Amino acid sequence: MRFLLIEDNHDLASATVDRLSLDGHVVDHAATLEEAADFRATTDYDLILLDIMLPDGDGRSFLNTHRSANDPVPVIVTTARSEVSDRVGILDLGADDYITKPFDFSELEARCRAVLRRKGGASRNVIMIGDVEFDSLSGTLKVGPNKITLRNRELRLFEIFASAPEQIFSKSKLLDRLFSYDEDVSENAIEVYIGRLRKHLLGSRVEIKTVRGVGYLLANK
Amino acid sequence: MITPINIKGSIRRRLLIMLLGGALVLALGLFFVFQRLAVQLAEESQDNILRASATAILDSASVVDGEIQIDLPYSAFSMLSNVSNDRVFYAIKTDQTFLTGYDDLPFPPAPESGNHEFATETYQDETVRVVVTSRAMTTGENPVRLFIALAQTQDGQASLIARVVRISAWVGFGVFVLVVALALITAKATVAPLVRLTESVSRRGPSELRAVAAPVPVEMVPLVTSLNSFMDRLSNSLSRTEEFIADAAHRLRTPLAIVRTRAETTLMRVEREENRAALKDMIRAIDESSRAAGQMLDHAMVSLRTDSLMKAQLNLSDIVSEIVGRMTPAAELRDIQLKFRLDENVTFPGDPVLVQSALRNVIDNALKFSPVDSCVQISAGTLGQFAFVKVQDEGGGFPTSDLETIIKRFSRGENAEGIVGSGLGLTIASDVAKAHGGTLEIENAQEAGACVSLYFSLV
Repeated sequence: MRFLLIEDNHDLASATVDRLSLDGHVVDHAATLEEAADFRATTDYDLILLDIMLPDGDGRSFLNTHRSANDPVPVIVTTARSEVSDRVGILDLGADDYITKPFDFSELEARCRAVLRRKGGASRNVIMIGDVEFDSLSGTLKVGPNKITLRNRELRLFEIFASAPEQIFSKSKLLDRLFSYDEDVSENAIEVYIGRLRKHLLGSRVEIKTVRGVGYLLANK
Repeated sequence: MITPINIKGSIRRRLLIMLLGGALVLALGLFFVFQRLAVQLAEESQDNILRASATAILDSASVVDGEIQIDLPYSAFSMLSNVSNDRVFYAIKTDQTFLTGYDDLPFPPAPESGNHEFATETYQDETVRVVVTSRAMTTGENPVRLFIALAQTQDGQASLIARVVRISAWVGFGVFVLVVALALITAKATVAPLVRLTESVSRRGPSELRAVAAPVPVEMVPLVTSLNSFMDRLSNSLSRTEEFIADAAHRLRTPLAIVRTRAETTLMRVEREENRAALKDMIRAIDESSRAAGQMLDHAMVSLRTDSLMKAQLNLSDIVSEIVGRMTPAAELRDIQLKFRLDENVTFPGDPVLVQSALRNVIDNALKFSPVDSCVQISAGTLGQFAFVKVQDEGGGFPTSDLETIIKRFSRGENAEGIVGSGLGLTIASDVAKAHGGTLEIENAQEAGACVSLYFSLV
């Protein structure tokens, strides 16, 4: 996905850009509302991440102009202010969602997905892996005539494999992506989800292979 | 907490008592003056008639053939009987001899010739007014002094006085009633600006801290001035506190966000297991502290706002649906289903920000303690005088030993080890419910899991 990150704190911005890039997203960073307007004029984005406190004007004014221009690009507001004081106003102003800093990037991703789903995201989210049709936005797999709706963790796991077929992912890497850091889980927990995905993929020409002692990969049979 | 007001006296009552006391003294004074005057006038007029009659009788005396002859003039008595049916007595004598009349009539010592002496005596069991006067006459060679005592009963005078007393009593009473009415009006008018000021201040919403704009009399200017400056300071301090809390959150969370993001990025890049474990610990600690900071600031904000609720009519279904929608992505991350069932829709008065905060904390709590692949049931409806929201998870439930203490600030259940949270969530929810005339109830569901219910008063 292509993000526009509007954030005045450079340290936070560069860390966020780094982190999102690791997930394969493309991120442009604007430090001011003026820069943001320049980026908006030249590039199409899937999603805008907006810090509500900015040096050259409150993020609220950005939301105002964004909405009055009927811009369809969804906006997720990031705020570090107290939860109680800001929330109501942000959604009233027309943000699609908000997330409180610091946030878990899996949660950000989940929120982005929810917002895009609500907004009726584009069909380019559908990718073909072998004979399997995967829609990451609605979280469905089409195997032959069967359409399977994936649960959240199955979806995220399959997304990781689908982003790089034939690449081996270690159990611990997968674990980090699937579970939040406050959950105490053993590496075996991942096998439950691998097992479920394998069941969904039965009847297709695609499978998840185990590379003993290393990890898993998605490959054609 | 409202401290009882030390009440001493009432302006209105004091004013009334003073005015009514004055009215009473005035009315009684009037009454006595009138009465005194009436008695004096009645006495004077009786004396005048008596004097005139006595003189007329004496004047009619003549000496015929050396004998004193008195022809009682009709006019003298008609004057006396003119006014009323009072009885008249007389006695006429010379120095030596009783001549005519009632010989037992009291005869006060006579004054010099030509003068009149008045006295009040008792005769035939009645009070009579007596006038005594004398006249020098000459019978042949000897000068003789002729004395007359003329008495009249006082029935007429008494009835006159009684009439005057009656009238003056009515006048006094009338004056009293008039002054009472005036006193009531005056007292009311005096207190009216105070009442108006009180109304204009107490009609305000709790967060309305504008200066008093209503016109006030000059005597109340110092009071209103200090009231205004007090409200000004209060409103400044409130907004400064809110601003401070919001700003504190911003300053605390932004660096935490940087560290967390960097840690997450690094975690995705490093391979060595001990480095990865350290980074995970770091992220956990950051989550814990940002959550604790957030909840403490939330709690401060909630405490601040519960003192001055900004109430609006909230739709139970809307407000719960919104929060459920907001929290669904977070729940889905762990494959937890949020199910919302509405038993009965209703509106209730509440501060939307606070109610949302309470709901968020309760649901967040349920999510934290829910196992993966489970379900959190949220139901809402009405129960008696309350709107309720019930959140039930499929986790381990509360340890039965600390159901009581669990909602106390910072207390966490024994099974909370290893789960990120500051323990303020339920305290916040409980504070909000209490501020809305309701309560927070926690229990363990019969099957499994914890059940937290929030109640908000419907009125």
